[in-house]
Amino acid sequence: MRPVTTVAVSVDAKQTYVAEFASSEKELGGPKWLRAVRKKAIERFEALGFPTQKHEHWKYTNLATLLRLPFKPAILGRPDGVVSENLEPFKFGVLKTSQLVFVNGRYAPRLSYLRSLPEGVRVASLAEMLRSEPETLQKHLTQYARFEDDPFVALNTAFFSDGAYVEVPKGTVVGEPIHLLFASTSRELPIVAHPRNLILMGAGSQATVIETYAGWAPDVTFTNAVTEVAAGPASVLDHYKIQREAETAFHIATMTVHQDRDSSVSAHSVSLGGSLARNYVHTLFRAPGGSLTLNGLYMTGGTQQADNYTRIDHVAPACTSIELYRGILGGKSRGVFNGNIYVRKDAQKTVARQTNKNLLLSSEAFVDSTPGLEILADDVKCNHSSTIGQLDENAVFYLRSRGIDEEAARNILTYAFAVDVINQVKVAPVRIKLDQLVVSRLPRGAGLGETL
Amino acid sequence: MVSKSVIQEQMAKQEYKYGFVSDLDEDTAPKGLNEDIVRLISRKKNEPEWFLEWRLRAYRHWLTMKEPKWSNVTYPPINYQDIIYYAAPKPKKPVNSLDDVDPEIRNLYAKLGIPLQEQERLAGVAVDAVLDSVSVATTFKDRLAELGIIFCSFSEAVQEHPDLVRKYLGTVVPFNDNFFAGLNSAVFSDGSFAYVPPGVRCPMELSTYFRINAQDTGQFERTLIIADEGAYVSYLEGCTAPIRDTNQLHAAVVELIALDNAEIKYSTIQNWYPGDKNGKGGIYNFVTKRGKALGANSKVSWTQVETGSAITWKYPSCILQGDNSVGEFYSVALVNNYQQADTGTKMLHIGKNTRSTIISKGISAGYGRNTYRGRVQIHKGATNARNYSQCDSLLIGSTCAAFTFPDIQVQEPTAQMEHEASTSKIGEEQLFYCQARGITPEDATNMIVNGFCKQVFLKLPMEFAVEAQKLIGVSLNLEGTVG
Repeated sequence: MRPVTTVAVSVDAKQTYVAEFASSEKELGGPKWLRAVRKKAIERFEALGFPTQKHEHWKYTNLATLLRLPFKPAILGRPDGVVSENLEPFKFGVLKTSQLVFVNGRYAPRLSYLRSLPEGVRVASLAEMLRSEPETLQKHLTQYARFEDDPFVALNTAFFSDGAYVEVPKGTVVGEPIHLLFASTSRELPIVAHPRNLILMGAGSQATVIETYAGWAPDVTFTNAVTEVAAGPASVLDHYKIQREAETAFHIATMTVHQDRDSSVSAHSVSLGGSLARNYVHTLFRAPGGSLTLNGLYMTGGTQQADNYTRIDHVAPACTSIELYRGILGGKSRGVFNGNIYVRKDAQKTVARQTNKNLLLSSEAFVDSTPGLEILADDVKCNHSSTIGQLDENAVFYLRSRGIDEEAARNILTYAFAVDVINQVKVAPVRIKLDQLVVSRLPRGAGLGETL
Repeated sequence: MVSKSVIQEQMAKQEYKYGFVSDLDEDTAPKGLNEDIVRLISRKKNEPEWFLEWRLRAYRHWLTMKEPKWSNVTYPPINYQDIIYYAAPKPKKPVNSLDDVDPEIRNLYAKLGIPLQEQERLAGVAVDAVLDSVSVATTFKDRLAELGIIFCSFSEAVQEHPDLVRKYLGTVVPFNDNFFAGLNSAVFSDGSFAYVPPGVRCPMELSTYFRINAQDTGQFERTLIIADEGAYVSYLEGCTAPIRDTNQLHAAVVELIALDNAEIKYSTIQNWYPGDKNGKGGIYNFVTKRGKALGANSKVSWTQVETGSAITWKYPSCILQGDNSVGEFYSVALVNNYQQADTGTKMLHIGKNTRSTIISKGISAGYGRNTYRGRVQIHKGATNARNYSQCDSLLIGSTCAAFTFPDIQVQEPTAQMEHEASTSKIGEEQLFYCQARGITPEDATNMIVNGFCKQVFLKLPMEFAVEAQKLIGVSLNLEGTVG
């Protein structure tokens, strides 16, 4: 919200974080078991270091700028200047939601409100939960997102102090979506936040959770979020992650989902902001009968980098996963899709379908698509497909022959490309909001809004 | 059938001149690799100074390289000092007649439908595939020469056409390209060379049979094919090796260069010894194959049927440099028992309006691991580049594995590329349908597998297609495993 003068300091980013941990270890606190986990995580982080482009999963993502900036956690108790009006654009019109707001990774009660929730449903700040019920958390927290081979998860595990805790007990259906809003803001110095979320779905429960990541240019912020989900037997979770940070921000997010028998999870990721945005979704079927829908839309311009990495692990037999990621790349932006489907030895009757489609709008945009199948069982139906291309000139011509000018024609077709993902959003106000967001990012998109 | 003595006589007559492994000298170099060995090979081949220089540069660069580890295959570390880099081609333990040949191999050949004479050749009775190359060369050399086509062993090309060799050698696969290409550049002993002059359409298929005979040797051959402006050539390569229980390294390099309006079609049937049922022995087939569609409207087409080798690790690639050039890759890779394959292709689109097609069929059975790995790269400026890739995997049995790792990079908005992959097992309904019509489960499976591969087989020259079909059936060795 105010100009930030960034001084490029060439320090060893890894050592900075390690030193930071040593000095703030006491403040981070938490129960004894968590302190032990944190220690392990920082040790692991130190051993791993930040990935370079030589690392298979980071080949096309340049972390140089991120590592050059001296990010510091926000100072506790210092006013952040975020008021309710700032958050208005990140809400969904008429949609009634319970809303938890986190500013720079810390719970902001003054901006949050809870509507009445069914009995036993808990939507709370993780920091509070750690204080009040540390032993409830021990069973789940840090149990799903593995930090052994992921430095960013390790970093989050070492440093997180707050985030959202959502628990839906057995057989309970939460009708209204739960909105978790993470705002990043910085003043003079670049700010880092490590929000940590835990979503526990009891057997036969049902809920919709929306995570929004918000920020304002020219704030330089770094969000390193981790969300862990445990979907109990026959539970239904509809999850949306909408990343709308400033184009000066860095966003790295990991989501780990463990699915029990017959559970059904749909996870949608929409990535619009960030100078660098990395989304890693790791899901695992640990019992038969599960189904997963994994959708993603990334839309970039300027010099943005959007990196999507998904890994679907079919450990148990008879599970179905359907994945659709679409990217629209303009300007000098870079898009990466790296999708992996892993079918373990006894995961027979697996059905896995993976689709990645990319639309290049400019001659300087770059996209890398690496779909992957690793299959160790034989009775499976797996396929993946990937396309990269531009708008169909025949389709543009068709529209123009009907009196639509060239720009509008291109806009309509670009919008149509994105809409396949957006249409799968089940919550109507969220869908409408996403529609507007996509349209507003098209060149002179306002006109298109009327055409449609 | 030509009697053996006649064959030997022919051999004796032809030695040096046309021999595919052209040096019949008895002495083998000591095991291991150092500059002396490189010099020795060069001296044996009577190579010019520049060629030795090139080998030495390759060797010195190779020393600085590390063996790549990123592939999806596992094998015990190779001791590069335990390989004989230069060996006389004479078999170590000559087999005197077909009766001495392992009945299992004879069965195999009988199933393949290879005639007796050929059986002898393949089983390594006294003579090996060198003969084949010689006879092809002698029979048709005059006719080829009339058209100005040069087709000879690499050693001969170095002696007789040094300008061509010097101009093109290493321009597609430089010695610093990768570890195995570096090794090959330093020590390769022979290979094939073909040059088709401008406007000539080579009237017949050029073909070479590769053999690994001696034990403890590595095979490092090099193939260089140049199609000058408007020329066309189709080249076939067949590979066999006798059964040995130790692993042998085969690190070949193939370079293809197509100038303006030229077309090169390169077909491979690779049936190196795959190791026994327990995965013991077999060939490590680590090959670098690359074609450069250098000129405008040129075309490079790869077709491969990979059924042999303990480990196949290769990516026949196309550099589409000329405008409107075309690259093609058709592949069937079959793994059974403990075989491993990590194969695929690279298509680098540099020129405008370049097009490429990738069709890959992977079949895994037994404990086999089959990986498709491919890269399609569309460089900036390759306007209207077009790629279509399809890679399908078929799984037979629950202990095998299939992997697909395509990588697609596009820096050009006018490019269009599509990739599709699928993995499945043989449909129960299909099997049932065949069986209901009185076809045995084995035949039915065979039929379905062949149908699965048909798209690729159709690209092979006819005789090869028939052989490939039979080879698939034999390699699967379905008796008793299905039904």
